Amino acid sequence: MAKITFDGIEVEVEDGTTILQAARKIGGDVVPPAMCFYTPLKGSGGKCRVCLVKVTQGSARDPRPMPKLVASCITPVQDGMVVENTTNEDVLNARKGIVEMLLINHPLDCPVCDQAGECDLQNLSYEHGVSATRYEEPRRTFNKVDLGPYIQLHMTRCILCYRCVYTADQITNKRVHGVLGRGDAAEIGTYIENVIDNDFSGNVIDVCPVGALTDKTWRFKNRVWFTKPLNAHRDCPTCSGKVTLWSRGETVLRVTARKDEYAEVEEFICNTCRFDKKEMSDWTIEGPRNIDRGSVISANHYELPVVNVPIVPNLPKSTVKKMPTE
Amino acid sequence: MGIKILTEHINVPGIETLEVYRKHGGYRSVEKALKTMTPDEVVEEVKTSGLRGRGGAGFPAGMKWSFLAKPEGIPRYLVCNADESEPGTFKDRVFMEKNPHALIEGMITSSYALGANTSYIYIRGELLFILRILEKAIAEAYAAGLLGKNILGSGYDLDLHVAPGGGAYICGEETALLESLEGKRGNPRNKPPFPAVKGLFQSPTVVNNVETIASVPWIVNNTGAEYAKIGVGRSTGTKLISASGNINRPGVYEIELGVPVEEFIYSDEYCGGIWKGKQLKAVVPGGSSVPILPANLILKTAAGEDRLMTYESLSDGGFVSGSMLGSGAFIVFDEDQCIVRNTWNYARFYHHESCGQCSPCREGTGWMERVLHRIEYGHGHQQDIDLLVSVAKQIEGNTICPLGDAAAWPVASAIRHFREEFEWHIKHPQEATAPGAVYRGQLAAATV
Repeated sequence: MAKITFDGIEVEVEDGTTILQAARKIGGDVVPPAMCFYTPLKGSGGKCRVCLVKVTQGSARDPRPMPKLVASCITPVQDGMVVENTTNEDVLNARKGIVEMLLINHPLDCPVCDQAGECDLQNLSYEHGVSATRYEEPRRTFNKVDLGPYIQLHMTRCILCYRCVYTADQITNKRVHGVLGRGDAAEIGTYIENVIDNDFSGNVIDVCPVGALTDKTWRFKNRVWFTKPLNAHRDCPTCSGKVTLWSRGETVLRVTARKDEYAEVEEFICNTCRFDKKEMSDWTIEGPRNIDRGSVISANHYELPVVNVPIVPNLPKSTVKKMPTE
Repeated sequence: MGIKILTEHINVPGIETLEVYRKHGGYRSVEKALKTMTPDEVVEEVKTSGLRGRGGAGFPAGMKWSFLAKPEGIPRYLVCNADESEPGTFKDRVFMEKNPHALIEGMITSSYALGANTSYIYIRGELLFILRILEKAIAEAYAAGLLGKNILGSGYDLDLHVAPGGGAYICGEETALLESLEGKRGNPRNKPPFPAVKGLFQSPTVVNNVETIASVPWIVNNTGAEYAKIGVGRSTGTKLISASGNINRPGVYEIELGVPVEEFIYSDEYCGGIWKGKQLKAVVPGGSSVPILPANLILKTAAGEDRLMTYESLSDGGFVSGSMLGSGAFIVFDEDQCIVRNTWNYARFYHHESCGQCSPCREGTGWMERVLHRIEYGHGHQQDIDLLVSVAKQIEGNTICPLGDAAAWPVASAIRHFREEFEWHIKHPQEATAPGAVYRGQLAAATV
């Protein structure tokens, strides 16, 4: 076990845990953001640099500070480490700089983007970005590409987090896409236009932190904040069948995996569940899902009113709303 | 003429053949090391010599070797970084082209010291003709029993392979090089783990520059203590300098570390002075990625001492008034060179060569290039100068590998030392974009 101090809060974690995971154990506002790191994907992280933190004391044995800011998602903790995140001006300035870098080639077409409302980049720029850009040059643009009948790739929005590449590599058996080119001309692609075709390909949509990979069965149907998330399950021969339905009235508009507060999926789901089962009758509804993420969809206007509690028996704990004490 | 360690026999006709090379004392270090020394003794000698990595960072080679993890049952590798692609550097190319056996000898001795039974020379993709020269020399060495099984009857086995890269600058970064050598996309790895623990094929690996490895035979033959006597202070030994730019005698020079910069530029033994009798304007002393220095600061440090060609002296004053020895690419600018254009040219290079893996470098290098391009072609604004400084600062230190720093330093230093020239470019776009136009206002102050 290793004991570290993160932003003045002491936390004890297993040896080999990363700084980011230790911070997530504390939870709340001190957790560094992460755009490329994804716990279920081995080897992810270290690329976007928004999770940079300052290590002011390397360990109890060697108390020297680390000379540069380190990526918290890939740096393992040492016993006695002291880390500063929100309490360090340099870290916040560096993060601001990196958010600016992520945005200079981003189209900022949130009003027409399906990811808006549950977009990690949107949240990040809301917290760390500035209102005006210093970038005057033309932004890089790409044509939209259809990767088969279900997935559309809009490279213009991509921030090259490599998550979809790792997903395809690790949970499907044939990866056909990867990163082509280099520098700011690098792009996700299949080289020769190709179809991503396997049972779990849809998961690349879930792991995408921005709106670069979108679900074609959902595109432009609605805005996420108008839809109501429900936990549901079905007997699925290929995956666990545990999903979140996003519905409006009786219509299921889209199906995604269940994501936690860091937008990481609990279990990857198959394409049949995601794209084909769009009727309420396909699913056993468990109840409303509380979305615990810093975005507009977590504004809980669609939660069951607390007054109704007795009407619905055995309500999951996550849906109980905390009322302001008077 | 100082002592020559690497280039002593470089101009002997036929030195690229094993026969002539052995006639001039070649492969003595292999015999000495394999027959009379233990691997640890060789490492000790290199440590005593104070030999520092010649690829750019200047990390002590012996120290690097002693960090190599030695778990049982896992192979270890030595990889020679011959992916020399820093703008202004061409020393390894000349060295390997003329004297391939010297590198191979160094590889055998060093591999023996590290206990590696398979070693690689990763050569830049553009240098395919040198790959053939090296392969020919390796074939000769195999035939003579200097490579392969049971070398010279010592019981030590070594296989040496040459692998060409695809011509990407980023593959000169050691972990990107290892990725590329494994046959993957040349993206730098996250560190830790360092290559000394998990390098090539997840095994402990040492990556050294050509020049570093080629210096090892001399150290083995003449002892590390002798080597440490050459040079000044912690900068021991000799260094190959690729001198280029507006000088009378551009080329590769082997210098004893500690030669004064002024002597190096003006002496007929080395660069032979600025061409056409012009004035010195600025020098980039260590390859395009190190900070540029104006004439007054390259000849004398801020404290008024003579600057020497050593790791310490060139970095005296930090980045405020100093630079770095880097890989020894000494680029000289005369009074007619435009710093803005040159900075843009460097920025263009780093923009093109960024691997695109981490965001500050991927986006920032392109941003800097576009702003500099605008200034150079007469469309800059006054606030662009501060913007460049700020963008450079956002990249520096926040990236996975040193390419981000390498892209930020030349821009930040050019503005630090030649701000007036940038301002002039922005204020007088028509004059500045006229062919051959150069700002001369700062020259008088910068000249000693």
